[in-house]
Amino acid sequence: MDLNLTASEKQFRDELAAWLKANVPADWEQRRLRDSMHQRFEFLRAWQKKVFEAGWAGVSWPKEYGGRGATLMEQVIFTQEMAKAGAPPLANVLGLSLIGPTIIHYGTDAQKKRFLANILSADEIWCQGFSEPNAGSDLAGLRTEARLEGDHYIVNGQKIWNSYGWAAHWCALVTRSDPNSQKHKGLTYLLVDMKSPGVEVRPLRQMTGESEFTELFFRDVKVPAENVLGTPGDGWNVALGTLAHERATLGVAMQIVMRRQLDRVIELSRTLGKSADAIARQKIAQSYIENEIVRLTHLRAISKIIQTGSPGPEGSLLKLEWSESNQRFQAMVQEILGPYGQLTEGSDLAIDNGAFTYSYLRSRGNTIEAGTSEVQRNIISQHVLGLPRSY
Amino acid sequence: MHFGLSETQQSIKNSAKEFFGAECPIAEVRRLAETEHAMEPKLWKKIAEQGWTGIIFPEAHDGMGLGYVEMAVAFEEMGRALVPGPLLSTLVAGSVLEHAASEDQKKKYLSAICRGEAKGTLALLERSASWNPADVKLTAANHTLTGEKLFVPDAAADFLLVAASDGIHLVPSNAAGVRIMKTPGIDLTRRLYAVTFDNVPAEPVATGARATAALEAALDIAALATAAEMVGGMQRLLDLTVEYAKTRKQFGKPIGTFQAVQHQCADMLFYLEGARAAVYYAACLLSENDPGARAAISVAKAYASDTFRLCGNSAIQVHGGMGFTWENDAHLFYRRAKASETAFGDATFHRERLAKILLD
Repeated sequence: MDLNLTASEKQFRDELAAWLKANVPADWEQRRLRDSMHQRFEFLRAWQKKVFEAGWAGVSWPKEYGGRGATLMEQVIFTQEMAKAGAPPLANVLGLSLIGPTIIHYGTDAQKKRFLANILSADEIWCQGFSEPNAGSDLAGLRTEARLEGDHYIVNGQKIWNSYGWAAHWCALVTRSDPNSQKHKGLTYLLVDMKSPGVEVRPLRQMTGESEFTELFFRDVKVPAENVLGTPGDGWNVALGTLAHERATLGVAMQIVMRRQLDRVIELSRTLGKSADAIARQKIAQSYIENEIVRLTHLRAISKIIQTGSPGPEGSLLKLEWSESNQRFQAMVQEILGPYGQLTEGSDLAIDNGAFTYSYLRSRGNTIEAGTSEVQRNIISQHVLGLPRSY
Repeated sequence: MHFGLSETQQSIKNSAKEFFGAECPIAEVRRLAETEHAMEPKLWKKIAEQGWTGIIFPEAHDGMGLGYVEMAVAFEEMGRALVPGPLLSTLVAGSVLEHAASEDQKKKYLSAICRGEAKGTLALLERSASWNPADVKLTAANHTLTGEKLFVPDAAADFLLVAASDGIHLVPSNAAGVRIMKTPGIDLTRRLYAVTFDNVPAEPVATGARATAALEAALDIAALATAAEMVGGMQRLLDLTVEYAKTRKQFGKPIGTFQAVQHQCADMLFYLEGARAAVYYAACLLSENDPGARAAISVAKAYASDTFRLCGNSAIQVHGGMGFTWENDAHLFYRRAKASETAFGDATFHRERLAKILLD
């Protein structure tokens, strides 16, 4: 066991930290709270461009595709340093972490040439079209139809919960290309131009009041057959590859965000006169403990991936870990803040312009997005503990 | 960075698993639990021959001189096997000696522990039941002890290290004026005693700052070793429970088919992996003398204290009526979980220790 960074990991960290120190926009913290979602997104696109030009976008991508070819540990360091520096996130997050790596794995040379550089530079933003109104946890039940007609597919159907659907130029769409197929078979993964006639994007307002998500409607949308990613009919495996990518590093950023919030809450507990209260002290300490557990289980899992080479079903433990601890943490924060906790942006008395109120609401989605807690527990039971399938 | 066991650490873990698995199958644990000291000389001798009594103590005193990660994985395996008797209390006594005693005393007492020739225990708690050494009231005026100590584990050892407000003293347990009374407890595999001292001459070991620092160091090691044992206990409970869920049938199928059962098992794994990561991390920091070690130990002990209990709850629940019987092994671990939870500071104690670091 050696918790120290290697010399090359240290060099990677120092180089990145120095660049971030010189380049993280000073007004991000204010903008984050003040700007509208669309204003913020344009700002993040410009930021990604800057990150890209300095060679830090797509750290995990192989060098030949414009990435940095970083090891998994370096990716973790990248996530940590970005969060520590309070750096804005990169705009094209789905393209960088999910769709780009899938194109690198399954794409043709022409597809790689066409798409990858624009993902890195944020010139083309990507969204995912996976879930449907009747295919959520049971994703394999999806019904959006893709009918091959000559050299193109005709797509009809509806997708939902598309993060960045409102900003996207392209959509990674999983369709049923064989109408007689069931479940995981007969699915095809298509790369769809969002400007195609027949694509309609409707914002989906969530309980936070924001519209991070959209619904997507496809009516007789023509998609060239050359835009199939992987083999027609093999869409399930292509999509699974996407889901497995970088799941292990997802919680690393969340842990640091929670830790920064915890530090702020510790400060606030003093000004609110709670830092000497025995019960508040217990709760704050428990949040610290759980935050450490999130950090340490991730580090341990990442070390294991580096050793064995594959993420494995243990990723489900990590997903449970960060999502459920964030919910408990946000509930704890509300207790410390008391009546102030409910004030939102627009109120002079709101703490940090209502940031914690927003986090409290937003955390409710954590145990649903990216696979519900129930699905994660099913995966753990069946694929880690070896219990029989329940459905 | 590599947050996993090295080859040596893994091989220590494997040999502990093999040794204690062979020496302490659960039937043997039950048999030993019925004996006076929950341990027999024959087994103690074997344990010492393997070096486990001196695992972290210097080779100069006949110990193995291993680090805290090695200690943690060995105690994890002892916890998995539910090894009965005074191994943990002797480790704590040895740690007090290592940090407080003179070279002569170490030669005499610590070496004896390492060689398996003597057992020791730390007598700390009093009526206040506080794990904070600052709350100790017993005094040792003129190196003579009069008063009582409570919750002393395995006090039938050869000597007691007595924490007094003016230092640490050593008393042979058979000295005149020492009375040792059993206080039967929830953990069938370990003994607790109340000890009274009536004008008992005591050998001074350390005073002042040296004594305080030694107690703090020993209690940290104790909390870490206990948390490591608890991880092993959780692993055993999970294994027993998953095995049962796969074989026990109701409604025509294994009960492990039902999500209500599956999700309890998944949560047990979740708790186990969190506690294990926290224990290994704390052990690693302690090995490196990192200033963050104390906080990391509190994280590990607090988390293990809460989660071992929760795993015990689920294990019994999934075993159903069988889990509530004396014959079923689940309650042996459930009992250990409760005793270990309190030992060397429960979750509330360690959360407050963290709160001091975070808030004051």
